[in-house]
Amino acid sequence: MIRIIAFLVGMGFASVALISLFAGIGPAFSTLSEEGKFVAPTAEHEFHESPKEVSFKHDGLGGNWDLAQLQRGYQVYREVCSSCHSMKFVAYRDLAQLGYNEAEVKALAAENQVPGIDPDTGEAIMRPGRPTDNFPSPYPNKVAAAAANNNAVPPDLSLMTKARTDGTAYVYSLLTGYNDSTTYEKDGKSLKAEFPEFSTPAGLHFNPYFANLNLAMAAPLTTTGQVTYADGTDASIDQMAQDVAAFMTWTAEPSLIERKRTGWPVLGFLLFATILAYFSKKQIWAATKPKKAK
Amino acid sequence: MSFPWAREYTPTNDFMKFMDEKLPLPRLVYNAVGAGYPVPRNLSYMWNFGVLAGFFLVVQIVTGVVLAMHYAANADVAFATTEHIMRDVNWGWLMRYAHANGASFFFIVVYLHIFRGFFYSSYKAPREMIWLLGVVLFLLMMATAFMGYVLPWGQMSFWGAKVITGLFGAIPVVGEPIQIWLLGGFAPDNAALNRFFSLHFLLPFVIAGVVILHIWALHIPGSSNPTGVEVKKESDTLPFHPYYTAKDGFGLGVVLIAFMAFVFFMPNALGHPDNYIEANSLSTPALIVPEWYFYPFYAILRAFTFDFILPAKLWGVLAMFSSILVWFILPWLDRSPVRSGHYRPMFRKFFWFGLIPCMAALFYLGGAHAEEPYIMLSQIATAYYFLHFLVILPIVSSIEKPEPLPFSITEAVLGEDEDAQLGASGPASA
Repeated sequence: MIRIIAFLVGMGFASVALISLFAGIGPAFSTLSEEGKFVAPTAEHEFHESPKEVSFKHDGLGGNWDLAQLQRGYQVYREVCSSCHSMKFVAYRDLAQLGYNEAEVKALAAENQVPGIDPDTGEAIMRPGRPTDNFPSPYPNKVAAAAANNNAVPPDLSLMTKARTDGTAYVYSLLTGYNDSTTYEKDGKSLKAEFPEFSTPAGLHFNPYFANLNLAMAAPLTTTGQVTYADGTDASIDQMAQDVAAFMTWTAEPSLIERKRTGWPVLGFLLFATILAYFSKKQIWAATKPKKAK
Repeated sequence: MSFPWAREYTPTNDFMKFMDEKLPLPRLVYNAVGAGYPVPRNLSYMWNFGVLAGFFLVVQIVTGVVLAMHYAANADVAFATTEHIMRDVNWGWLMRYAHANGASFFFIVVYLHIFRGFFYSSYKAPREMIWLLGVVLFLLMMATAFMGYVLPWGQMSFWGAKVITGLFGAIPVVGEPIQIWLLGGFAPDNAALNRFFSLHFLLPFVIAGVVILHIWALHIPGSSNPTGVEVKKESDTLPFHPYYTAKDGFGLGVVLIAFMAFVFFMPNALGHPDNYIEANSLSTPALIVPEWYFYPFYAILRAFTFDFILPAKLWGVLAMFSSILVWFILPWLDRSPVRSGHYRPMFRKFFWFGLIPCMAALFYLGGAHAEEPYIMLSQIATAYYFLHFLVILPIVSSIEKPEPLPFSITEAVLGEDEDAQLGASGPASA
């Protein structure tokens, strides 16, 4: 009885799945015959670029932070990005990790005014930042952020490199990837020729590394020397983009290096313990194995 | 119950004698996972995964309890407290990465445990109850994992919760009220997050309780084994300790190396980047997917695209839940007297060339974009999935001619068994 019911249920689900298949097969194959693909090609699909290859000192299974680069990246964030983007999960005290001493951290914190309370009157005031404060947000709230940016709220950057696939390279590629949609070519194919109807609406900016190709943010790094590095590094657009991408990797995961450094002894210990476990298993089982040729 | 030759616990000092009289906990452990539990001597490494699943349950409870000390289940701060754990709590990043990847590894070992059961028909009499409790455990795990994924309150948390609770909305008439009741509102928000946290904390202890029943039920008939021939005598078995504690110890080491490699060197490889974006009810992600371990069932859900009598969405929901519920009746669908796939030629072919590719396809397709050709492939795989368990398995188990079984586990391991020689008729042994 149970097998008859099971048979009917199984045939039922399988039939409906196959009915769904046959209902969809016509449209799918008509797309295939027209476009040569199952899905009608879109500009977003055909002309979206994967992040560029770029390497950093913190990459790989070992690596370490390039503190000078992180400091430069912080400078780019402070002087360029922070006018629109918050980094609300990062505190000034965290900057000690970048090699700043206590006085420098205090000075960096004090550069910004943060909301506070007057200890005498209890009134809401703005006061200089302290190392325990998180980075202040450029806008008091989301509505203000949207109003100031043509309705596109600039995302918080604390976790950006973990919130995108291949995030560090993505940030670098996006910052250096702005282009002109009318002349853009990928693999020898022109965007304008393949998708004549594609356009970049007013107020948006073409960037093939962005998911739907048109991005609300204008190119933030536009000229060589836009920031003046204290360590004398040449501030090319490419250099600034790499530096800020490295800095954002640190803000997204301050424990990255500590994590990888902890991992090696853990794996080493486990490997040793597992080898021991293997030989003790072998020894314990030796007596139970069949004896060859009596 | 145990085999008559099972060793008896004998306390060796006064304290253990006292304990054995007042609270025989050492005796319980000795009989459960000590020298007092005789186990078939021929278990392969595929029999390691039950112990490993138990290990990962402990990992999840220990790391989870620590995380709960630093987490706040409130929609305004849940994402921020998760980041607080990652940045400010000492070794918080380790706890969270171990918990997130621990969930994935829990599912990996449980899937291997389940598929071991499929191949060796571990579900068959006399072990039906172990199997039924196992399916209950899997359902509890799925519920717990789903609610846990909601807690960081990232984009995938929020939209995953919305999609999965939205499934209840497919039920005619009462669906929408049920959905609102489950969520405590019209969309996932503070009420939903709080109850998910509460249940996510509770359910692992329910799982631990059912695990005890699962192991208790296992100790009635004893463990199955790769030949599927039941234990007949003492030479078929070895005491669990030290033989299988040593074997499990080695297996545990290997799995821990893989687990730690993920935790320390690619902790986010099994997660989705969108979950590092704070939940936003106004911005829908380009692709809403659950965690990878739900992909097969998500693929089945999405395979139904045609309103055949019932709405397609309802078909998808029914099929998704049924795809696991069918496991409950497996012991009564598979009628073959032989357990092990090693001696079942036709069953074995359908397992390796039917079920395994079908599951691999569903795993892949559940994470793919809902576009062709993925939809068509998931429809074919879904149809095969149901045919395999509900149609093919009962028919194959009735018509196939099994290959000859060894007389006993002893014979399978040692190549000969004196009792088999004695029992065999003259000409055959000549």
